Amino acid sequence: MANSMNITLKVWRQAGPDAQGGFETYVVPDANEHMSFLELLDVLNEQLIKEGKDPVEFDHDCREGICGSCGVVIDGMAHGPQQRTACCQLHMRHYKDGDTIVIEPWRAEGFPIIKDLVVDRSAFDRIIAAGGYISANTGAAQDANALPIAKYNADLAMDYATCIGCGACVAACPNASASLFTAAKIAQLSLLPQGDPERKTRVRNMVDQMDKEGFGDCSNHAECEAVCPKGISISSIAIMRREYVKALAD
Amino acid sequence: MSTVLDSKIPAGPLKDKWDNYKNTIKLVNPANKRKHTVLVVGTGLAGGSAAATLAELGYHVKSFCIQDSPRRAHSIAAQGGINAAKNYPNDGDTVWRLFYDTIKGGDYRSREANVHRLAQVSNNIIDQCVAQGVPFAREYGGLLDNRSFGGAQVSRTFYARGQTGQQLLLGAYQAMSRQIGAGNIDMYSRREMLDLVIVDGKARGIITRNLVTGEYERHFGDAVLLCTGGYGNVYYLSTNAKNSNVTAAWRCHKRGAYFANPCYTQIHPTCIPVSGDYQSKLTLMSESLRNDGRVWVPKKQGDNRRPQDIPEEDRDYYLERRYPSFGNLVPRDVASRNAKMATDEGRGVGETGLAVYLDFADSIKRLGRDVIEARYGNLFEMYERITGENPYEVPMRIFPAVHYTMGGLWVDYELQSTVPGLFVLGEANFSDHGANRLGASALMQGLADGYFVIPYTLGNYIANNSFPAVTGDEDAFNEAESAADARIKKLLSIQGTKTVTEFHRELGQIIWDQVGMSRTAEGLRKAIDQISALREEFWQNVRVPGEPTTYNKNLEFAGRVADFLELGELMARDALEREESCGGHFREEYQSAEGEAMRNDEDFTFVSAWQHTESGHVLHKENLEFENVELTTRSYK
Ligand SMILES: Cc1cc2nc3c(=O)[nH]c(=O)nc-3n(C[C@H](O)[C@H](O)[C@H](O)COP(=O)(O)OP(=O)(O)OC[C@H]3O[C@@H](n4cnc5c(N)ncnc54)[C@H](O)[C@@H]3O)c2cc1C
Ligand code: SF4
Ligand code: FES
Repeated sequence: MANSMNITLKVWRQAGPDAQGGFETYVVPDANEHMSFLELLDVLNEQLIKEGKDPVEFDHDCREGICGSCGVVIDGMAHGPQQRTACCQLHMRHYKDGDTIVIEPWRAEGFPIIKDLVVDRSAFDRIIAAGGYISANTGAAQDANALPIAKYNADLAMDYATCIGCGACVAACPNASASLFTAAKIAQLSLLPQGDPERKTRVRNMVDQMDKEGFGDCSNHAECEAVCPKGISISSIAIMRREYVKALAD
Repeated sequence: MSTVLDSKIPAGPLKDKWDNYKNTIKLVNPANKRKHTVLVVGTGLAGGSAAATLAELGYHVKSFCIQDSPRRAHSIAAQGGINAAKNYPNDGDTVWRLFYDTIKGGDYRSREANVHRLAQVSNNIIDQCVAQGVPFAREYGGLLDNRSFGGAQVSRTFYARGQTGQQLLLGAYQAMSRQIGAGNIDMYSRREMLDLVIVDGKARGIITRNLVTGEYERHFGDAVLLCTGGYGNVYYLSTNAKNSNVTAAWRCHKRGAYFANPCYTQIHPTCIPVSGDYQSKLTLMSESLRNDGRVWVPKKQGDNRRPQDIPEEDRDYYLERRYPSFGNLVPRDVASRNAKMATDEGRGVGETGLAVYLDFADSIKRLGRDVIEARYGNLFEMYERITGENPYEVPMRIFPAVHYTMGGLWVDYELQSTVPGLFVLGEANFSDHGANRLGASALMQGLADGYFVIPYTLGNYIANNSFPAVTGDEDAFNEAESAADARIKKLLSIQGTKTVTEFHRELGQIIWDQVGMSRTAEGLRKAIDQISALREEFWQNVRVPGEPTTYNKNLEFAGRVADFLELGELMARDALEREESCGGHFREEYQSAEGEAMRNDEDFTFVSAWQHTESGHVLHKENLEFENVELTTRSYK
């Protein structure tokens, strides 16, 4: 049978956006190696509810690394110690009996805390609404194969398109910049011929929106790439800069 | 009293029905569209595509979702692909074939006209998605690539790596975002719809709860589009996202929308097995793995040697043994049922005994590790991440898991429910997959409904009806909001000893055991009793922590589990009434001597549509007419 582990958790608790927050310490005596990290939090919450306390709030949905809902800082690392892994896919076999784990929410001006580990990432939606799309009204499309796209470009566009919008890049960045997220979408759409007509307005509007939301500037720390669960490359940021300069040149 | 339902199928030959419909409907004057507000609940493929398209047409749209962003709807998790009858590979595909495969795959329990329309618009979906910049897989020449999927002899599945759902959803989300930016869609994230409001016999509004502040909101308009997904989470463990629920659909049901075929649920054979009580959800492994993996269990009960120590002669490759011509590639329902039979006999493997092996050793020997890695590398990696075992060296352990629900709110050809003005799209309706859904066709249906069907059918409804102003102050709104509030207060006031999760798990176990892969009259009767007892206990003994006025996930889940406790009973009843085996619904009493499913076309070629009344559920029927296909027995021997 799986080994039982005694795990101590130091969790950031904050009752609401304007409330004073702080760490609380809890012990989960019967964690086991097959559990996912979020299942450990589930076990903790069941324990808290039974004790008449409020459970720890955290966002989650798919629990398979694709929806981008989950996201906490674990021992100082966005999404925790395993590379290219959203925290819902992190498993307890990476820990051992007696370990203490510190859990905090994303911290960034652009992501106000809602409660405990839950933050407001709606700024990301507003960045996309500013231009992260190709304008193609339903029904107006030509045959899908009328526009061949080199496999290399299509594959590269797909690499950038896999961003799950989790916000880890912002949380890990010393400047709390949203550049990796924004650039991933700009890079994807700039690689596709369908995206060409709007490329200039897109990059201008998205970058402006990013600034308005209170995210910092990128100064090439590359912490974002290191924590990104999808391995989005910072080469996207270079593409975004190039696109931006070209757009301003007009 | 039971009645026969009218599905409003247009006249004419099958292939002309949709055109005939479009040619004769009334249109809404473009200048007037702006005056019509449409409430779209859900932002998955169905809701996202509908909201974007209606806003493009000029309607004023209000959109709602539970997650913090419309981009996170459960559709994001779909892996495999989306079907269309493009016939790009020139392998003989046609609209007719896609239609036929879907009807047959659904075990002849779906509506011909709807399925044919779905096949007809399938090609437009691919065009639309490419125009939006969805990065589908391509060949070296730059054209789109296709793969094959279960239940078809042609390659018609378009895909974007293992993340097709993500890319399609982001396409719809971006189209929505454009309309949000332009002010044509008002987006309400972190909202839960708690009730439908009917004014003068028409759906005119909804009550939502702001999940951050707990405030109730009244939204009103001229039509409500319910795009809230499937109810697979009634089983507690499923491959659905944790927020997937039946609440919105169930509240509509209680307001008069009939619920169709609740017993048709799909159990996917290749998922990662449960590892312990804390298990919160299950992860799907693409069924493409069965192309090269061999399924087996030990011949002897309780044989707990390591798999590599069990010699060939002590292994039972039961699918190859029982289905020599299809072997490991039998359809989902057959594969799932056989895994259950093996574990019921005490021959399951792993710590829990609730798993079977999927072994790649022979393929690796035959093709080499590189080939297997090229084909399934990402899936093997995912498996290892979750289980800590290396499937190149030890066989995978797999077990069936609930994956999709074919049942849902009853809709007619126009996707309108039995409540005028309430339209239901995507997995939330029952319409196109009969008793079993084929792979890669849910994404197709969600997008067909939202991009290409609803713009016409909603327009026809709006053009043919008048909409006296509503303000949100009508009695119906007051009553619905008070009822929602009373429920929330009640849930919080009980302060019993069992958590919401404990109730949900217990319910899930009952349904999994009795309304899962195989069902009997006796088991179903037992389930009905057990569920109603559990429901009673829930309302006396549940403990819901926290406040109603802050973010409170447990409170949200409590309301959803309460609804699942009602739906579960109806599923069992529906399964009990259906005295035949078809698709995902297998009744042990109705099988051949070899243990294969036996349909009863004579008596059961109908859709069961349940009406909720004060005195209980009443069954109505929609008879299914097959004018174009012949009903045959599915055989995979
Ligand atoms: C793991 C997995 C893999 C799959 N792979 C494939 C595949 O390869 N091909 C395929 O064709 N199909 C696949 N499917 C099935 C397919 O993904 C779904 O059937 C489909 O995406 C459902 O889309 P939808 O728009 O109907 O609902 P969903 O995507 O479930 O969206 C529901 C929406 O409704 C909202 N909502 C729900 N309840 C409420 C409420 N009460 N109030 C407010 N909002 C609410 C949610 O927030 C969400 O926005 C897969 C399913 C799973 C689980
Ligand atoms: S770029 Fe990576 S870290 Fe940033 S939001 Fe996208 S997936 Fe998350
Ligand atoms: S819960 Fe969906 S990515 Fe983690």
